[in-house]
Amino acid sequence: MGLNIIVTVKQVPDTHNVSGDAMKEDGTVNRAALPAIFNPEDLNALEEALKIKEQVGGVVTCISMGPPNAAEVLKECLYRGADDVILVSDRRFAGADTLATSYALKCAIEKVGDYDLILCGRQAIDGDTAQVGPQTAEKLKINQLTCISAVTAVDDNSITVKRLVEDGYEIVKSRFPVLLTVTSVANEPRSANAKKVMTYKNIGKEVCNSSYDEAYLSPGVCGVVSHIKEWNVEAIGADPERCGLSGSPTKVKKIHSVVLTACESKQVPNTDVGIADLMHELIEENIIG
Amino acid sequence: MGTGKNVMVFIETRRGKIADVSLELISAANRLAGKLGGSVEAVAIGYKLHDELKTLGQYGCGRVYYTDDERLAHFTSIPYAKTVVRTVREYQPGVVLFGATTMGRDVAPQVASTLMCGLTADCTDLQIGEHDLKDVHYENTLMQIRPAFGGNIVATIVSPESVPSMATVREGVMKMIEPDPKKSVEIINEPCQVAAADFLTEILEVVSEEKQVNLKAAQIIVSAGMGANDPDGLALVRELAKVLGGELGCSRPVVDSGVLAKDHQVGQTGTTVRPNLYIACGISGQIQHRAGMSEAKRIIAINKDPQAPIFAIAHYAIVGDVKNVLAKMIKAYKNKA
Repeated sequence: MGLNIIVTVKQVPDTHNVSGDAMKEDGTVNRAALPAIFNPEDLNALEEALKIKEQVGGVVTCISMGPPNAAEVLKECLYRGADDVILVSDRRFAGADTLATSYALKCAIEKVGDYDLILCGRQAIDGDTAQVGPQTAEKLKINQLTCISAVTAVDDNSITVKRLVEDGYEIVKSRFPVLLTVTSVANEPRSANAKKVMTYKNIGKEVCNSSYDEAYLSPGVCGVVSHIKEWNVEAIGADPERCGLSGSPTKVKKIHSVVLTACESKQVPNTDVGIADLMHELIEENIIG
Repeated sequence: MGTGKNVMVFIETRRGKIADVSLELISAANRLAGKLGGSVEAVAIGYKLHDELKTLGQYGCGRVYYTDDERLAHFTSIPYAKTVVRTVREYQPGVVLFGATTMGRDVAPQVASTLMCGLTADCTDLQIGEHDLKDVHYENTLMQIRPAFGGNIVATIVSPESVPSMATVREGVMKMIEPDPKKSVEIINEPCQVAAADFLTEILEVVSEEKQVNLKAAQIIVSAGMGANDPDGLALVRELAKVLGGELGCSRPVVDSGVLAKDHQVGQTGTTVRPNLYIACGISGQIQHRAGMSEAKRIIAINKDPQAPIFAIAHYAIVGDVKNVLAKMIKAYKNKA
C-alpha cells in the first residue's frame, strides 16, 4: 500500500544573476545565458513528498517539463530519493505560458495514472506566477490546497495542512486526490545522498515519442531507475495546438530594461572610524537621536 | 450584457469585511471601464455580506453579483472558483481583476484555466491599448504590466484572443479613490449552484494574527534583505532598529522565505515608506523595492556587492559584510556620548 505521490519540478534560470543578453527579441527568456538551478520551492515540494513517503509509505514520481537539459533537476530528484523521474520535453512545448504548461503537465500526469497526491512548489522564481499548480489541479478536476506552510497530518485517505493567509493561518483537510502548492517555510530540503549520486550521475535517457498506447509502469519502491523517461507531445497524448506558444493566450507585447537613476552617494569605509563618523554625522544632523 | 466592455472585480472578504485590495481594484476599474466605454461590476461570494457590499457603490461599482450561501462563508478553492466562472460566463465582462492575495492567486488561475483565457500575475500597472497579432488589429485591449525576472525587466503582456483578459494585482499597488457617500451599488443576488460534491476542503481551524508593525508612520526604518536573512543577520538588523528607535522592515524575498511577516515588507508590492532614515541591510535593490523607499530623506545601503543596484539611490554606501558593518554601527551608536 502507501501513497502514489507526484512532484512537479522545474529547472529555472537563476534570476539573481541576470545579465544583459538574458532576453530574446521576441520577449521570451534566453535560458542559455543564465545559470540553471532547481526551482527552490520545488525542492520544498520534493522534500515534503519524501517525508510523507517515509511516514506512510508510497512511491514518489517527479515530472519536469523543459528542454533536454532539465534532466539535470530530475537527476537531483533521484539523488534525494525519488522512485521515478519523467522529462516532458519537445520543441513544441517551447514558449508555453501557464495555461499551456498546466495542460502539458495534466496530460503527463494522466499518463502516469494512479496518484493520490500531487505536490508543486508554490511558484517558480523565473515567472513568479504561482499559477501552474492551481491550473493543473483545475485541468485534472481535483481539489487543491495552496500556499502550504506545513503538513500537519497524513493518512491513507487524507491530508491536513496549514495554509498561511494574509491575516493569519488556517488548518484545512482534504481527501485524496488533491494537489498542494508548497512554500519555502514548509521544510528544510535534504541534500543529495552520496550513494545515490554514484548510482545515478551517469543515468541516460529513454525517449518515448510516439507510443501513447504504451502504458506507463511504475517501478515501485526500492527499484533502481534505469533511465530518465523522456516524453514528447505524442507520448503524453497532447493536442499540439494547446501546447507551447500556440496554446498560450498571453503574449509578450514588449519588454524594457529597468534603468537606474543615479544619485550622488558618499562611500563610507567599512572601518570602525568610518562608521563611527557616519553615525556621528547622522546624530549631528538630528537624523537619529 | 455581454458587451465585453465591463470590468469585473473579484471581491475578497476577510471575516465579513471587504479587503482593501478589492476597493483599490474597484478604483482602478473605474479608469479602465471609462476607456472601454463599459461599467464597473463586482463578483462577491460569502454569507450575510449584503450590508458590507453596499460600500462598493461609494467607490464607483455599479453592480455586484453576489452569491450568498452559508457554505461559502469561508473560502474554499473549488466552490469559489466555480462561482466566479459561472458569474463571468453569465455577464461576460471584458476584464476580470483579482487581488494578488493568497485567495486571489488560488481562484484566478482556476478560473482562467476553465475559461481557457489569459491571466497575468502580480501586475503593477494596467492600461487599455491596442495590439496587432497575426494580421488582426485589436482595440481596447488590457495591457498587463508587471516586473519580471526578479525585477530586472518590465514586461507588457496582452491576451487579446481570449475573453476576458484577467490579471491579479498586489495590495497597495493601485490607489484607492475617495469614497463618495452619494453613490450606491445594485446588489444582484445569484443562486449558489455549487454541487455538494465540490465542497472538498474541510476547514478545521482559522486563526487570525494581528498586524503589529506600522511602517508608514516610522521615521527610521532598518530593513533586512536576503544578504541579512539568517538568524544572526536578522538579530543584528533588529538590534540596530531597536537602539535607533526605528521599525524593522524587509524586502519581499525575506517575506517570501517566510522569515518575516508581510507587514514588514517595504516596496511597490508591500508598504511604500518615506522615513527620515532608511538603512538597507543586504538588500540588492530591485526595482520593486526601490519604488517603495526611494523617497526616504537619507538612505544608507550596506551590501557586499559593490555593483548592487541599491547603491545607485543610496546617500551613504558601505561595501562590506552586513553583519560586520551592523555590529560596528551598533557599537558606534552605543559609544556616541
